[in-house]
Amino acid sequence: MNENPADLAPELCVLLAAVLGLLAGMFLPRAGQWRVAAVCAAGLAAALAVALVAATRPGLMAFDAFTVDPVTHVTRIAVFGTTLPVVVLAAGRMRGHPRESEFSVLILLAALGTVLLGASSDLLVLVAAYLLASIPAYALAGFGKDGPGTEAALKYYLMGAFLGVLMLAGVTLLYGVGRGTSYAALRDGLGAAPGAAVAVGTVALLAGLLFKAGAVPGHYWVPDVAEGAPPVVAAFVTTVPKIGAFAALFRIGAEVLPPGAFAWAPLVALVAAVTMTLGNLAAFAQDNVRRLLAYSTVGQAGYLLVPVAMAGRAALAEPALLYYVAAYAVTNLGAFAVVVAVGRDDLAGYTGLLRASPALGTSLVVCLLGLVGTPPTAVFVGKLLMFGAALEGHYAWLAALAAANSVASVFYYLRWIVPAFGGPAAPLRPARSALVVAVALAAVSLALGIGSGLVLAT
Amino acid sequence: MLTLVIFLPLAAALALLAVPRPGHRAVLAVWIAATAADLALVAAMWARHGTSGTGRIAFETNARWIPSVGAGYHVGVDGLSLPLLALTALLFAACAVYSLRQTYRIRAFAVLFLFLETVCLGLFAALDLLLFFVFFDLSIVGMYAVILLWGHGDRARSALKFFLYTFLGSLILLLGFIGLYLGADPHTFDMAELIRRPPLEGSPGLAGLTLLAIGTGLAIKTPVVPFHTWLPPAHTDAPAAGSAILAGVMLKMGTYGLVRIAMPMLPDAWRRYAWVPLAVGLLSVLYGALVALAQENLKRLVAYTSVNHMGYIVLALGAAGYASGDAAARRLAVTGAVTQMVSHGLVTGSLFLLCGVLYDRGRSYDLGRYGGLARGAPVFAALTAVAAFASLGLPGLSGFIAEFQIFTGAIGGGSTPAAVAAAVSVLGILITAALFLRVLHRAVLGEPGELTGRVTDVRRPELAAVVPLLALSLAIGVAPRPLLDTIEPVSAAVVALVAR
Repeated sequence: MNENPADLAPELCVLLAAVLGLLAGMFLPRAGQWRVAAVCAAGLAAALAVALVAATRPGLMAFDAFTVDPVTHVTRIAVFGTTLPVVVLAAGRMRGHPRESEFSVLILLAALGTVLLGASSDLLVLVAAYLLASIPAYALAGFGKDGPGTEAALKYYLMGAFLGVLMLAGVTLLYGVGRGTSYAALRDGLGAAPGAAVAVGTVALLAGLLFKAGAVPGHYWVPDVAEGAPPVVAAFVTTVPKIGAFAALFRIGAEVLPPGAFAWAPLVALVAAVTMTLGNLAAFAQDNVRRLLAYSTVGQAGYLLVPVAMAGRAALAEPALLYYVAAYAVTNLGAFAVVVAVGRDDLAGYTGLLRASPALGTSLVVCLLGLVGTPPTAVFVGKLLMFGAALEGHYAWLAALAAANSVASVFYYLRWIVPAFGGPAAPLRPARSALVVAVALAAVSLALGIGSGLVLAT
Repeated sequence: MLTLVIFLPLAAALALLAVPRPGHRAVLAVWIAATAADLALVAAMWARHGTSGTGRIAFETNARWIPSVGAGYHVGVDGLSLPLLALTALLFAACAVYSLRQTYRIRAFAVLFLFLETVCLGLFAALDLLLFFVFFDLSIVGMYAVILLWGHGDRARSALKFFLYTFLGSLILLLGFIGLYLGADPHTFDMAELIRRPPLEGSPGLAGLTLLAIGTGLAIKTPVVPFHTWLPPAHTDAPAAGSAILAGVMLKMGTYGLVRIAMPMLPDAWRRYAWVPLAVGLLSVLYGALVALAQENLKRLVAYTSVNHMGYIVLALGAAGYASGDAAARRLAVTGAVTQMVSHGLVTGSLFLLCGVLYDRGRSYDLGRYGGLARGAPVFAALTAVAAFASLGLPGLSGFIAEFQIFTGAIGGGSTPAAVAAAVSVLGILITAALFLRVLHRAVLGEPGELTGRVTDVRRPELAAVVPLLALSLAIGVAPRPLLDTIEPVSAAVVALVAR
């Protein structure tokens, strides 16, 4: 058994930064609390660097519970790479807040849980990672201690607790019939197990992961948290935890279930179809940009479930999922960064944005067109691979439905883009750090699209 | 050199954006200089390629882009793309000159048109399906912004309809491309590879579905009846230069895709379902002409004649799919189709620019409110008459050369359905002739209408934009050989590829 802690160096970097931040936060005076954010950012940057180096090495298994393979590498890079701008965004907004240090630490812990979610290859570790990713996020949702925030946190918590218990029940059942909790053991054990028990266990296990992914039926928290929580938190919880959740879902489909044991592809394809349709239809009538983005993330979760459904059926499924999830995280966070920078939640607040602040307006247009899937942004390449995976897996109807949904999504994204082009510009003083983050993320989204060859090759 | 041709306008656009607050004249100077330089480069390319091409790809560049999915930056030109590249460069230069008097947000306008020029040139030069699609999709975004920001009338609605409809088409097209990709062994998006070894040869059902996806996607862009409903509002509410580009260049993307992608890559399916393009082509010809006849709005009328003209192209390509008959006749039909693309770009581009002149003076396209324009605006009246005659296919102008070849090719091919369709579609010419004569009678001749007094004659920039287009149409009509010599090797190759 490989027990080399260096294999988990990126995670340890983040853990260390979180602990250091927490300790430092206790002793530092109120005016010096910004140092905690700096420590956290440094930890994330170090973790990102180590993860990039680790991605060049061959895959392995650590502690019999974590797989270090391309899925984990991408999860790490995407999570740390998107958490870093969140910490920067938060540092600007939270400056001088009474609980400034706790904020950064909670974000780090949630990000750590997300990575473990994607890397775990044992159901018990998966449950632990689920809790680590969820509990800091509940606290973050209610961080503002205001009415909408409290409601959002409560809804988020109740939903998460309920679906988490279901997930635990599913793990128990699978453990019982599969005689093991590690993915490898389950793959051997589940083949001979009774089909009904495997089906019930898998569906219950899915419940928790779909909650983290923000997909139907675990999507009810998404709009409320996105609208009620502080904007930075909304940006974080609708983006980062999904990365780990989709990686974990993919592993269940590809590594846990033996072929033929359970109708994985039809079930997940159905969930994907319902999720994308519901998310896109619900986004139509939203006038609050954060609710609009929330439903758009539900729709995107539907597209992301397509390669998950094709896990093990199509060779394109893995690159499709990994590329799409990373591209989605960058682009969605970019859109949220614009919202943070502008500081307005109503669509009317974006009238004339392109004139008031060309940099911010261009970032918004790039990110929203990116979410539509317009080339040459990163999401386009992800979507292309997603369509390819669906067709390769002989799910042409799912590809067609995803295409129809993409067209429908244009409608509400344009409702946001069009006012930005015209009209008299409202006076605007964007937060500097948020502006830089928004522009940087839009640029990365474009660069990932044009330079996708380099990224996909590795 | 080809890469320079494609990205020169984009570089000029970025330069315009980089300079803080450039003057109005400076913007126009850069815009016109960039399009003129690009036109000169394309002309030089054509001169080096020669008019008696061998049908092989020239000026080829093949760089790695996304090797893991077999997509590359692969561009090149042959006798099919060269005329369309030249048409694109010419029309964009004409639009730049035409917009000399434009003042509203001129820098953004110039940047957007330069961006669109890169996109259109890139599309006609692309030899990789993914690259083709990237340019295809970007053209929609660019044109959407043009209609939305510089249009008139109910522009937001028209622009949205245009975006949603053509975006749907592009996604269907993408699904078709992925079908080709997955059908090829090894998987690739490279057009040259896909043409060399047509994918999906063993499975006619999947090939048919792929052709259905690609055909539908391109049919929406072309557009053919019944997918044409986005076109009239988009044209009516777009600015004149935008309409000229949309009709002159962007509609060709659909038919170009049919010749470049659908026919050589899915030859078997194309032959089997050749009656479909034949039928929708015929339907577009007749329906477009009849609806145009009923229009009171001049710009809508021109838009519907576009449906009619693009219908001839689709019909000719369908006729080329009947492999039983005479190959020489089928080559003639394909050559005619490509010539029609060029001719329609020149003629309809100038017609839309002339519509823009009328709107600029009278703020209306209503035919009933004009009349007797020949007295106050003789040059305008003369140009409109020439453009109308070119559009209805008068001998001596480019439309005749194109349509004559299409009819001869389709009827002489030896297959009964193609011959019947072509014979019936001659009716379309009759109707177009009637409707253009009606336009000339009501607007140019006759009693003065309520807005006639406002219509002053064409100004110099407008003249400089329209005259070269019509002069070229005349040149092609009188001496078509250089153009036909360039196209013929490619049409021979396409016909041979379809027949295999």
